[in-house]
Amino acid sequence: MTATLPRAGTATAAEVRRRRRAPGWLAVVPLLAFTAIAFGLPALAMLNGAFSVKDPATGASSYSTANLTDSLQGAYLTALLGSIKLSAVSAALGALLGLPLAHAVVTSRSRALREGVLTASGVLANFGGVPLAFAFVATLGNAGVLTQHLGLKDKGWDLYSFWGLVIVYLYFLIPLMVLTITPALEGLRVQWREAAQNNGATGVQYWLHVALPVLTPTLLGGFVLLFGSAFAAYATAAAMVGSSVPLITLQIADALSGNVLVGQENVALALSFDMVLVAALVMAVYLPLQRRSARWLA
Amino acid sequence: MARLTLWRWGALGLAGVYFLVPLAASVVFTVDVPGQGVTFDAYTQLLSADGFGSSLLLSLELALATIAVVLLLTVPATVALRLGAARLRPVVEVVCSLPLVVPPIAFVAGIVTVLKWGPDHLSRTPLFQTFVAIQNPDFPVVLVLAYVVLALPFVYRALDAGLAAIDVRTLVEAARSCGASWPQALVRAVLPNLRGALLNASFLTLALVLGEFTVARLLGFQPFAVWIYSVSGANAQLSVAVSVLSLLVTWLLLLALAGVGGRSRTTASRG
Repeated sequence: MTATLPRAGTATAAEVRRRRRAPGWLAVVPLLAFTAIAFGLPALAMLNGAFSVKDPATGASSYSTANLTDSLQGAYLTALLGSIKLSAVSAALGALLGLPLAHAVVTSRSRALREGVLTASGVLANFGGVPLAFAFVATLGNAGVLTQHLGLKDKGWDLYSFWGLVIVYLYFLIPLMVLTITPALEGLRVQWREAAQNNGATGVQYWLHVALPVLTPTLLGGFVLLFGSAFAAYATAAAMVGSSVPLITLQIADALSGNVLVGQENVALALSFDMVLVAALVMAVYLPLQRRSARWLA
Repeated sequence: MARLTLWRWGALGLAGVYFLVPLAASVVFTVDVPGQGVTFDAYTQLLSADGFGSSLLLSLELALATIAVVLLLTVPATVALRLGAARLRPVVEVVCSLPLVVPPIAFVAGIVTVLKWGPDHLSRTPLFQTFVAIQNPDFPVVLVLAYVVLALPFVYRALDAGLAAIDVRTLVEAARSCGASWPQALVRAVLPNLRGALLNASFLTLALVLGEFTVARLLGFQPFAVWIYSVSGANAQLSVAVSVLSLLVTWLLLLALAGVGGRSRTTASRG
């Protein structure tokens, strides 16, 4: 200790700077090294596998786009489109239903209600996976409580279907939307509404010409975020429908566990690559929208 | 105004029904078994069920290891970004956000491929032993590695938000001029001021690991979420009972987090 302290007077400026900077670099290196190994290696392996084909006769592998072409054909294409359709429908519904709920909460004068709903949303938005699937199986599944008591089965209800999955996904998508849109709704100033009213605007006109244009980037951003969340979901679907609804995540899992033809592992990697492309597209749309909506919240 | 109020209560009421009915129905499902009447068998069987204790223990161990590793990696790095290494900030930000672009199922597809290199190419090298060791079913280190990556974006955002609220440079300089070493300054001056953010990050990681299914199942390990899934075929009541309980536990954890960290931080960590 004593050695480092009184030297301040004699140390050159460069020495001081070096002493200050060294720990900075050193502290960041482990994090970068860790992600390079734990994240970079699998990501590169996926890329490499997605683009390489093994010749069954010689065992030599070469680079080609055959896997990617395969991953965009037949059952795989159906699964990819099924995932996109499911995510788009549930994200749109989640956004449309989340907006009025968030509005009801934000305009409420009860502080307890606001805090309660927002905390519950934070909890529910994190609630996915196996327990969610089983809660819905117990409620609306073939032997579920509501199915039995209301005789839903005779009315053609089936939880293990496209719309069944939509209903389950909304359980975590609506809270996610409420969390995303609430800051924007809180940013709508009372003055804007009063100004519109003073100029003779009706409530509908206020929403069409003032509120919705301000909210549009946040709404779109929320939709994209919900889409990404639904698109990546695997556990809920796997625990609930098995494979009765074609989804890309289920296809990847099947191909990885060797449930289909041997040698399809690289197609699984190509499918994963497709997913990364879609997810990257989602982020590329989301980030500018988020920045744009942040402008009104400042 | 009256119409608005009515509409608001309608929206809240419908939401309440949608979010509460599945929970209530799940509880009814577990206690009201057809042909047996009301019974609490599903809950009493739970503790003696095969694999319940071991899988829950495995999940908790994985969670603790993940929290330790992710905090050890991110805390020094994020503090350093505020002090001397500001130029690295964009790099770290991108690196910590990248896992968001790769869905867990795609990530695990990559991990499976890497793990196959072990037997395929490395069987004669010392690295092979490492590959075997990290896949030890008693404590699969590979899951910790994967979970740290999955938790990185949330942990980074939580810590970054926490650090934005305090003046790290002044704290560290004050500690240093009082004669503290770098580790002392970090542990005794910065970390106590980051308590909320650290708790926030730990709870989010804990919830993530306890509920994680995708990576563990596809790599063939059996922590808690995978166990619930595997038991569902034989005993539906039991699996729903465990789901209800695990929900309650996760909720208590996250509610505790909301109480500790405050609402603003909870939302900031998502987004």
